[in-house]
Amino acid sequence: MSILENAKQTAQGLFQAGMAKAIAMAPDSWIPGGEPDPLIRERHGHVGRPVSRIDGPLKVSGKAPFAAEFPMEGMVYAALAYSTIAKGRLSSLDTADAEAAPGVVLVMTFRNAPRMQPPPLFLSGAKAAGGDKLPVMQDDRIHWNGQPIALVLAETQEQADHAKSLIRVGYEVEHADIAFAEARDRGTDTAEFMGQPLHDEIGDAEKALQDAAFKIDATYTTPRHNHNPIELHGLTVAWQGDTLRMHDAQQLVAHTAWSMAQVFGLDEKQVVVTSPFVGGGFGSKSMWQHHILAAAGAKLAGRPVRIVLSREGVFRLVGGRSPTEQRVALGADQEGKLTALIHTGVTVKTPHNAMPEPFILPTRSAYAAENVLLDVQKVELDMLGNTFMRAPGEAVGTFALECAMDELAEKLGMDPIELRVRNEPEKDPISGLPFSSRHIVEAYRAGAERFGWSRRNPKPRSVSDGEWLIGMGCATGTYPYYRMPGGAARITLTREGKAIVDIAVHEMGMGTSTVQTQVTADRLGLPMDAITFNYGDSTLPGVIMAGGSQQTAAIGASVIAAHNALIEELLRIAGNDSPLAGLKAKDVGSRNGGLCKLDEPERHETYQSLLARAQRDKVTVEAQPPQPLETMHWSMHSHSAMFCEVKVNKVTGEPRVTRFLGSFDCGRILNPKTATSQFRGGIIMGLGLALMEDTQFDERKGRVMNPSLAEYHVPVHMDVPEIDVIWTDIPDPHAPMGAHGIGEIGITGTGAAVANAIYNATGKRVRDLPITLDKLL
Amino acid sequence: MSISVNGNAVQVPDDPRVSLLDLLRDGLHLHGTKKGCNQGACGACTVLVDGERMLSCLSLAVQFDGRSITTIEGLGEPGALHPLQQAFVEHDGFQCGYCTPGQICSAVAMVEEVRRGVPSHVTSDLNSNVIDFSHDEMRERMSGNLCRCGAYNGIIDAINETLKEAAE
Ligand code: FES
Ligand code: FES
Repeated sequence: MSILENAKQTAQGLFQAGMAKAIAMAPDSWIPGGEPDPLIRERHGHVGRPVSRIDGPLKVSGKAPFAAEFPMEGMVYAALAYSTIAKGRLSSLDTADAEAAPGVVLVMTFRNAPRMQPPPLFLSGAKAAGGDKLPVMQDDRIHWNGQPIALVLAETQEQADHAKSLIRVGYEVEHADIAFAEARDRGTDTAEFMGQPLHDEIGDAEKALQDAAFKIDATYTTPRHNHNPIELHGLTVAWQGDTLRMHDAQQLVAHTAWSMAQVFGLDEKQVVVTSPFVGGGFGSKSMWQHHILAAAGAKLAGRPVRIVLSREGVFRLVGGRSPTEQRVALGADQEGKLTALIHTGVTVKTPHNAMPEPFILPTRSAYAAENVLLDVQKVELDMLGNTFMRAPGEAVGTFALECAMDELAEKLGMDPIELRVRNEPEKDPISGLPFSSRHIVEAYRAGAERFGWSRRNPKPRSVSDGEWLIGMGCATGTYPYYRMPGGAARITLTREGKAIVDIAVHEMGMGTSTVQTQVTADRLGLPMDAITFNYGDSTLPGVIMAGGSQQTAAIGASVIAAHNALIEELLRIAGNDSPLAGLKAKDVGSRNGGLCKLDEPERHETYQSLLARAQRDKVTVEAQPPQPLETMHWSMHSHSAMFCEVKVNKVTGEPRVTRFLGSFDCGRILNPKTATSQFRGGIIMGLGLALMEDTQFDERKGRVMNPSLAEYHVPVHMDVPEIDVIWTDIPDPHAPMGAHGIGEIGITGTGAAVANAIYNATGKRVRDLPITLDKLL
Repeated sequence: MSISVNGNAVQVPDDPRVSLLDLLRDGLHLHGTKKGCNQGACGACTVLVDGERMLSCLSLAVQFDGRSITTIEGLGEPGALHPLQQAFVEHDGFQCGYCTPGQICSAVAMVEEVRRGVPSHVTSDLNSNVIDFSHDEMRERMSGNLCRCGAYNGIIDAINETLKEAAE
């Protein structure tokens, strides 16, 4: 790096640090969320009611259209061939037989692929969506084992699959760095996440650890994971004139439209990405090579293309969660107050992506320790780019941290909940910011009561039932409140008193349209059936991803902004005869199908009357919310207290989860029915993380060895007991609707709660995930 | 040669490699039957063949000459849902909805298996003709249908409410 660049970066850093300080010190009223969202006070509307999903009938009858279900005239089917080496080049690539096979329309390789720019790497720009930044099929280089090397298009899927099998490939193999331990021993670098180093220090934690009256110091390891949504990654894509039309399975529609435009040298408006229903994503449904290859193939062949990755294909070209090796060392005094908190370790990424698994994130705001050392080191391997998977950082970071807390509690002879309560911080330990809303102790109290925690025998291996050992464990879960820049929404109000909301967001199972219809109905003072919520289309306003559990907040803030604009516009056209004449927007709100003066509700006029008087059929407004400064002014997080009961077979070592309770503190719950499902879904993926999930990576060949749902085990019906969930329902006064996104919190803390329960049952401390029966024999 | 699909006669495909699943989805545009793995590991493609549940991805379409297939579209549709479909909505037995048609078809046939006294891995008394339709029986028998969203509790509640009586 040149001196000039260095200086520029330092200056930028200083400027950012100065800004951060100014935002932290600013009066609350200057910050978004400084004035609580009025909907928080509204207690008699649709928000908070267990409304069934409005798109439920479509889904249960198979009528909800997913990406690979849009028929197109003249469409051809795609199959991909993947490299079987990790690094090197193609020395030969014989496609003649494939080309001659029946029904084949095109075989595309680096030789005939159109020239394309590399995909913009996610986090490298406001609208970048690429899982990595490698050029796609532009030369003979191989960068990972499983890289696509040829795309076959044929009239039917069977013909494409058969032709693909006729491609003959020769390789010139080069040395690949694929072994984690070897790379670590060669040296590591401090990892960066979203432009910031993953490193924090307060005081001298190593010294404090040495001096501590009680201490534990242990290493925890977590394997690779794959998201494995049941819907395979796929899309239907066509060039319609100069427009690239994509029916996609996507959690970033607007980002992907822009990114595809960069790849093909188009204007962003020339790419239209729609994604009305996504069959699960969990972080995996961003933009990967199959998007680009299918669009390139469609261009060359002049035909629409349907591409659906095989399950193996998903493992080959859609990244997963990286492995971690974490050290947690805790020092405490006689009372259990933490004097040292050390959480460090190493993870794996590639040279082509920007995603080191940030496992220290949950530790930053967890406990009030006098001395803290947090650090993530990374190594870079020749493999498929790893990516964001449900609660990146927190899912595996809480496993290490919360197992360590359990170990420390035992050393101290203290109840593990009591240990956590004693170390509850008053403000954010790292940033020093006040918490916007933190009721973790209430969550523990309520959870312990309901779960029957007092019945737990703290002595390990002391409870059994026949050949089964029985134990209980608990752990804290946490996930941040995020709201990212890029929000925008459009509201159209019609003379019939109906409202249409347009916003480029996503439905992957969260219940987006249902919950947002409830929220918008309350916000506009309309019944739910007067609201139409349009989403899943890149041409709608907003650049909003369904990720980081931020979609709810992003929609909330965008609709608030659009609603304010709507009030302004309606007052502007109201005219002198309106009871609202002369009022200022800040004094007016929505109620009973119209607007009224907030402190004089009888000064009211319905939307119909307002529009009729102004002789308007409709009014349309679009607005953007303020920048998300609230996250720099308060420390904003969701929390949970997780309780688990297990039984472990004395003979076979088989672990079974028999009871689970999640007690959540996640702001106001907007829809208890869909929220329950989201919490449970997260917990169930956490049970998978604890007990079975493991993407096995061959460190000799760099190849995933279990790329199927038969060999990558996810929880099935029989693995899942009735999961109890409760919540504080205390609104966060600084978040839109008082709510936090809840898609990720459920997986956090779950792994540790299971591990701690297994320890209590068996006396065996397993620090290496997944906790399979062989480790318990 | 023809197959009955939801009561309609359908031509058996010329290409013997076409799976029943691909015939339904690509040939007939009956997209309610889902593809989650195409190798028999997820259950998303479950359909009813003469009333029995079957993984359509593991079956070739040509095998079904003269047989009668019911897909999710044949069970009910918005406005006229099958009671189990309705119960899935009420108990929130899904999130993304992708595994859902397979879960529903599977459950409909599963209940028949219990009624006929077909034992499962967790059936304690193999000599009895009457199987107790317990929580464990339901979970064990539905374990071939994966749900990555983790809607399992809602699914079991929906089945329990709707089909328990039929099973006994
Ligand atoms: S698609 Fe048939 S079992 Fe998965
Ligand atoms: S509802 Fe998404 S996989 Fe079951």
